[in-house]
Amino acid sequence: MFGVVVFPGSNCDHDCYHVLKHVLGQPAQFVWHQEETIDPSFKVIVLPGGFSYGDYLRTGAIARFSPVMKAVKRFADNGGLVIGICNGFQILLEARLLPGAMLRNKGLRFICKDVYIRVENNKTAFTSECTHGQVLRIPIAHGEGNYFAPPQVLKDLKDNGQIVFRYCTHDGIVNDEANPNGSVENIAGIINKEGNILGMMPHPERASEEILGNTDGLYIFKSIIKAMSSERQSYSATVR
Amino acid sequence: MKAKVYITLKKGVLDPQGKAVQSGLQHLGFRGIKDVRVGKLIEIELDGLSLEEAQKSLKDMCESLLANTVIEDYHFEIAEGSEKVTDKCILSEGRVIA
Repeated sequence: MFGVVVFPGSNCDHDCYHVLKHVLGQPAQFVWHQEETIDPSFKVIVLPGGFSYGDYLRTGAIARFSPVMKAVKRFADNGGLVIGICNGFQILLEARLLPGAMLRNKGLRFICKDVYIRVENNKTAFTSECTHGQVLRIPIAHGEGNYFAPPQVLKDLKDNGQIVFRYCTHDGIVNDEANPNGSVENIAGIINKEGNILGMMPHPERASEEILGNTDGLYIFKSIIKAMSSERQSYSATVR
Repeated sequence: MKAKVYITLKKGVLDPQGKAVQSGLQHLGFRGIKDVRVGKLIEIELDGLSLEEAQKSLKDMCESLLANTVIEDYHFEIAEGSEKVTDKCILSEGRVIA
């Protein structure tokens, strides 16, 4: 069962639910932010995009104190899979479930457009259906997606294979021109050391239907479904 | 008792907002601007706390919510009564300077 968390101000919750339930035929339920426990029937928790708590103070800063986030932390500590998309990624950073922080986009503008991302690690529970180096076209929609991490944290991320997606050109070249927001090392998505928590700025749920002209997001959801169905799989990010 | 909490991006962390403000000021013809950094000011009214308790509490507030210490520094001032600043406490990365 997939659980899609609903914060006040979430606005991609229904999109995620729709893709999981109606496009992929998976059991899915919304989880209200006031919930203090996560039912054991849930195998994956999705923190969707949006503007939780109006993005007050900093993006994700207030959502982190929602009752449900304590439950999400326990869920993750027990090995449950958690994916944070856009605002969900920002919440995971504020909750220190993933390292680093988000800054305002380098160009100061809110950017809503398709970007290309390269799969840097396909040995994760979230990318196993991708090939290494595969280029995905997935939209971003954010004002604060400029990922920052201090040098030592960056080194750890690289050494442990925790950088999962990098912004790139359509033919997979990672350079400054392909970096929409100024993220350090073109980082678009990272995973925790244990390999069960992923944060990504692009929105795979907005690229999961033929009728919308793009199904690249399905690689990510199908990877998760595969990981869910294979019990006791090791999700280590470091496996290459 | 009133506290003013100042939150600024750490040195070395890119401040796109500051850069935009700097360029705006320069376009208006202001000269001699070397750098602009934009931060936040949060005013907090406190009641029933000793100065020491207030300082400790403010530090905890900054560390747990008001600042994201991965990218931000903070310091605060505490004023008693009208305008008189009875104490100035500057903290940088958890270090009490004054």
